[in-house]
Amino acid sequence: MSIPSPATRIAPDAVRAKHDIYLPMGATVTDVKRLTPWEKYFKFKMDSDGDLKYMPGQFMKVSVPGIGECPISITSSPTRNPGDRLEMVIRSVGTVTRALHQLRPGDRVGLRGPYGTSFPVRGKMRKKDILIICGGLGHVPLKSVIEYVIDERSRYGHITILIGNRSPENRLFVEQILDWKQREDITCMETVDVADPSWGGTVGPITTLLPRVRLYSSDTVCIICGPPIMYKYVLRGLESLELDKGNVYMSLERRMKCGVGKCGHCQINNVYGCQDGPVFTYQDILQMGEAI
Amino acid sequence: MSIKLVNQSTLDAWVDGLIAEQTVYGVQAKEDKFAFDRLWKASALRLDYDVTILPPKKYFQPQREVLMRFNRKTVTFESVIEEEPFVLFGVHPYDMVAISQMDKVFTMDNFDKHYMARRAAATIVVSTVQTPSPSVFAACMGNATMQGRSDHDVLITKLPDDRYVVDPRSQKGDKLCEALAEAPEADAEALDSREQVWAVNEQRLRKHELKVKPEELPELLDRSRSHPIWEEKAELCYSCGSCNFVCPTCYCFDVEDEMNWDLETGQRVRKWDGCMLEDFAAVAGGHNFRSKRSARYSHRYYRKGKYSWDMYGEIACVGCGRCITACTANIANPVEIFNTLAEGT
Repeated sequence: MSIPSPATRIAPDAVRAKHDIYLPMGATVTDVKRLTPWEKYFKFKMDSDGDLKYMPGQFMKVSVPGIGECPISITSSPTRNPGDRLEMVIRSVGTVTRALHQLRPGDRVGLRGPYGTSFPVRGKMRKKDILIICGGLGHVPLKSVIEYVIDERSRYGHITILIGNRSPENRLFVEQILDWKQREDITCMETVDVADPSWGGTVGPITTLLPRVRLYSSDTVCIICGPPIMYKYVLRGLESLELDKGNVYMSLERRMKCGVGKCGHCQINNVYGCQDGPVFTYQDILQMGEAI
Repeated sequence: MSIKLVNQSTLDAWVDGLIAEQTVYGVQAKEDKFAFDRLWKASALRLDYDVTILPPKKYFQPQREVLMRFNRKTVTFESVIEEEPFVLFGVHPYDMVAISQMDKVFTMDNFDKHYMARRAAATIVVSTVQTPSPSVFAACMGNATMQGRSDHDVLITKLPDDRYVVDPRSQKGDKLCEALAEAPEADAEALDSREQVWAVNEQRLRKHELKVKPEELPELLDRSRSHPIWEEKAELCYSCGSCNFVCPTCYCFDVEDEMNWDLETGQRVRKWDGCMLEDFAAVAGGHNFRSKRSARYSHRYYRKGKYSWDMYGEIACVGCGRCITACTANIANPVEIFNTLAEGT
């Protein structure tokens, strides 16, 4: 049953010639902005001029030497950045992200990636109507998708964006949201779980917005990203829209420790979240009991 | 090179000669058990061992290894690759099968040069099992002998007449056996005797009898998701990870940064981790994707009997039986679990 591995006979010279998959590249922080009490925006420039070739939905491993390394999704769209630059929004929640929050422009980090699967902005989404559902920090990777489809607006059908947050204080990209709401070629709706006196909009979980979604075609591609708890409620809410399960894409958070399919931490049943994901279709996860 | 037939003193002289020239790790007694360790003299080599406490994976994926050095001020990183040649002497067939599986894991999709540098630097001498351990079931998993496999460098089999058949199986193996050039070739009688030793091991290395074929495990597990055994066994689990650490096909790791006293330089190290440990699937912010013991417990057996099959075409249990003896709660016998599933479905 067992097959001898072809790797067994590899020569030391051939190993030496290989790239070290764990080795970060140097990058410089070129911009930092505080977005909320918990999240900061960062822009990085890679040391090398190389083309990063990332796609919306992918993530990078960010290193603060001496503290550690953590996976962070890319929030910028490749349509808006030269290949050596990218943007991230980072919540201060663990040791590495707390250290990242201390950084100022000119400080340096290590980066490796991009890793993982992406949303099919160049594939299945083309010519289709698109429904984008962002819950909390899930807005971060989906901003990359939103900017991408806006920049190539003519390639897509109707675009509907739903944004949900815990409170008005948690809202990210406030200026961009205003812009999306004002655009005539996009429908953008927003809600918060708990309002404060500043909030005049919808109150309730993100599923509150679903009955208001007007689909022009059942052949709509739906893109979802949010906290783990959100998916089952949103998927239930989507049932009445009768979307094709293969057209519903979601990004699943896991502990992507190595990013290259080795360390085992991000495993979801028989797939690795870092390699086979983080973007999966609803169809994919029907067979994955651990997915949501 | 041809297959040699040597007596104990020739074997010892050969091993002592190897020790004089290179780094040799071999199986030795450690109190009342056995362990792989640096070998300094042939007389300490115990090819009659039953099983080692830890599998030989520690020479390819050490408990702690430096992946890179870094400088905190300049934010620069430099790979650390260990490629010192060494000989690993006395690996049992089931552990060799596990090493070959790890070769696949560390090279498929993305090539891990830290693991593979050590692997390419190694010459592996496999020793046919002389003493079965009380928990071994390698024969049930098809791993009692090296028959049909070509992934090792030398195969040594002790015959009932106390002589050894030394069989070089690769170029590296030929080189290792050069010092035996003058030794007599194994005749047909010796080779027949070796076949018999192997045949006997097919019967002896099954202290637990698996009632299904290994290749039936993926499907068996697939229909056993809701079997009560997962909850029943997990009730007793201490989440200590012992079964992970003694397993020759468990390779999960964690990565940590360590600072040096100068507070400027440091190293990024890789350490063994285990999916049975409570925080294995926890992310920053506190969410744990496998917070229930039963979820962790079943995950490990699905990894061994199904996910590995789906991902790289292997059953990731070689039948060494180490988990059975390492488990404090006595709940880690894969054969008992798989047989129970087979009865209940």
